[in-house]
Amino acid sequence: MTTGTITPYRSDVRAGRDGFGQLLRAEWTKFRTVRGWVIGMIAAAVVTVLLGLFAASGIGASCNGHACSVAVGPGGGAVTDSFYFVHRTLNGDGSITVRVTSLTGGATSDNPGGGGTAAQPWSKAGIIIKQGTGQGSAYAAMLVTGSHGVRMQYNYTGDTAGPAGAVSAASPRWLRLTRSGDTLTGYESANGRTWTRVGTVGLAGLSPAVQAGLFVSSPPYARVTSQHLFGSSGVTNGPTTATAVFDHVSTHGIGPGGAWRGQQLGGDTDLVQGGGYHQADGRFTVSGSGDIAPLVAGPATLGVTVEHVLAGAFAGLIVVVVVGAMFISAEYRRGMIRTTVTASPRRGRILVAKAIVIGAAAFVAALAAAATVVPLGEGMVRRNGNVVYPVAPLTEVRVVAGTAALIAVAAVLALAIGAILRRSAAAVTAVIVVIVLPYILARLAVLPVGAAQWLLRITPAAGFAIQQSLPQYPQVSNAYTPLNGYYPLAPWAGFAVLCGYAALALGLAIYLVRRRDA
Amino acid sequence: MSQARHAGSATMREALHAEWTKLRTTPGTIWLLIGVIALTVALSVAAAAAATCSSAGCGQDPAKVSLTGILLGQAVVVILAVLAIGGEYSTGMIRTTFAAMPRRTTVLAAKAAILTGLVLTAGTIAVFASVLAGRLILPGHGFIPAHGYPLLSLGDGPVLRAAAGSVLYLALIALLSLGAATAVRDSAAAIGAVLGLLYLFPIIAAVVTNPHWQRHLDQIGPMSAGLAIQATTGLRSLPLSPWAGLGVLAAWAAAALVAGGLLLRLRDA
Repeated sequence: MTTGTITPYRSDVRAGRDGFGQLLRAEWTKFRTVRGWVIGMIAAAVVTVLLGLFAASGIGASCNGHACSVAVGPGGGAVTDSFYFVHRTLNGDGSITVRVTSLTGGATSDNPGGGGTAAQPWSKAGIIIKQGTGQGSAYAAMLVTGSHGVRMQYNYTGDTAGPAGAVSAASPRWLRLTRSGDTLTGYESANGRTWTRVGTVGLAGLSPAVQAGLFVSSPPYARVTSQHLFGSSGVTNGPTTATAVFDHVSTHGIGPGGAWRGQQLGGDTDLVQGGGYHQADGRFTVSGSGDIAPLVAGPATLGVTVEHVLAGAFAGLIVVVVVGAMFISAEYRRGMIRTTVTASPRRGRILVAKAIVIGAAAFVAALAAAATVVPLGEGMVRRNGNVVYPVAPLTEVRVVAGTAALIAVAAVLALAIGAILRRSAAAVTAVIVVIVLPYILARLAVLPVGAAQWLLRITPAAGFAIQQSLPQYPQVSNAYTPLNGYYPLAPWAGFAVLCGYAALALGLAIYLVRRRDA
Repeated sequence: MSQARHAGSATMREALHAEWTKLRTTPGTIWLLIGVIALTVALSVAAAAAATCSSAGCGQDPAKVSLTGILLGQAVVVILAVLAIGGEYSTGMIRTTFAAMPRRTTVLAAKAAILTGLVLTAGTIAVFASVLAGRLILPGHGFIPAHGYPLLSLGDGPVLRAAAGSVLYLALIALLSLGAATAVRDSAAAIGAVLGLLYLFPIIAAVVTNPHWQRHLDQIGPMSAGLAIQATTGLRSLPLSPWAGLGVLAAWAAAALVAGGLLLRLRDA
């Protein structure tokens, strides 16, 4: 017996590199060389743009007869700035103090005989210091509301709650607003002697001469009258008015020519009724209509949101889902998967590489489409006689890039489901149904609001929240329902739900692909 | 000689037999049919459980609510119908089929007939169970005679029309899908096309605010028009009458089948 060791055969050829970069390149080559898939991605972008433009051109004129414009607040968002203002010019530092003894609702077209009734929950009466009478200018106000107590509000979106309770002759409410430089401080009192600070705000760049005075507003009402086959519904809306009585009005720091002037601000729509005021024995009776608040989308507002022109993204999503599912199922159908796993035996990494390739391709196609259709569609909507709600630039970026990301994640979800089921037909149907059907059930009023909101929390359709451009404000009464474009989850939270499903599916797919025979 | 004539004369019956055998022995078929029934009934039950009617004139349509599941069940019908021919293309079986039966339109007609029979059967069970669930659940949610809603019953003309129409709706969706799959020859692409056709019309109609456009989109969309058959209340506000709506879907299905049949004759398999 020989005792020498036998050296096993080793090939002289250097081993090929097995980096993740190589794998990515291999998958990218597979994607790019199948003509149908590349055409599919381009088609996804094209249908997104075309369908978006089609929808935009079908948005009928909504501001006939009204000035077609929306006020923009200091924060860059759309605001409504219409109320009755009884004001004087305040020069430099100073303060204004009043006592509010009543706030009641007036007659409306919905309730013609109903004078002297309860005010709307968010009817407002109080004192305000405002940069000027221009639409959307900066302000801070101390006010009483119909049923939300005393508040300090500023710059349309800011809202600080004071004590609760309605005002009446038996329980009046004292309000005070003082200005010191750029800082405004609001106080309230039940008796005019002991004051409680409600809030302090800084209004940067406030000019020395500002308008200070009394104001009353009352937001329009809206009622859904009929529900149609798929969500199109009949709505009646109209203005409401409120009347407030002020006394013990005192101001400090009023310059020369400081007579009281009454003026209706904003309100060139039929949802606002002109107001007025009456002064006798130191008592001011002011009636007003409209609202001083951020704009929200709902049956009582006219206008088009950015996401309306992105409706074509659904078509793009469906096409991308088809390509995403085929990207893996075609390997199984043609037997290519055996070559793939032979070349790269670490199977989990194959799926990750595929997900990156299909996700990136879908993202680029969808981003190009969304970035094209938003400016084109908005222009079209404006030319047709509509207002497009202005949003802050970052919000617009979030809506456009978010839509692209949504489509990219849908492609990854389709890939993962395709790898789990190994069949494109079932995978395509499953992904389209879990993303699009809940949206239809929820957004198009097939289900009641509560159920609709749950669907948009727990299904992948929650991801569409990333498209919501107008935030929800507790201090503005509105039907914040899916039908009006309001999602129950915050934009990124909703998107995270979709990503969670995609991650879960990809994890399961990796587990199965490693465990199963190819 | 006699053998050749025999082959020529009895093709339709043989085609039916062949298609029935193929569909029956495909492992997925039975599960897809069970899926149609289960998902339709599940969503219908969920919709009925979520619906409430607190007062008279709450504007709800109990028949429509209890048939909501059709929206989900139709997706499984689409898979079944697309795979009936798409599966043959993906495995190459289609070449064997046409070698055995050179009359391609006969093959397509046989597939359509077998598919319609299967979907009508599954659809009838699904719709019957959905209406039964609505009948049991809805009275507990305020759909009571005091609010203007008698007990849901198939003896009631409009309810029977909504139920029977929903079964026909599923069958027409199957034919539309079969036609589309024959034209496209790829299962995934055909399913994407059919689901896009069904779901996109109502989504776009909801964005468009011009009432004329909205009405026309609801009239021509295969899903929004076809589901008009489910309406039992507020018929006058519908964009088109229930049977006309189902007719629109039938026209879509016929167009898809004709296009598929023509392409089938013209192209190589």
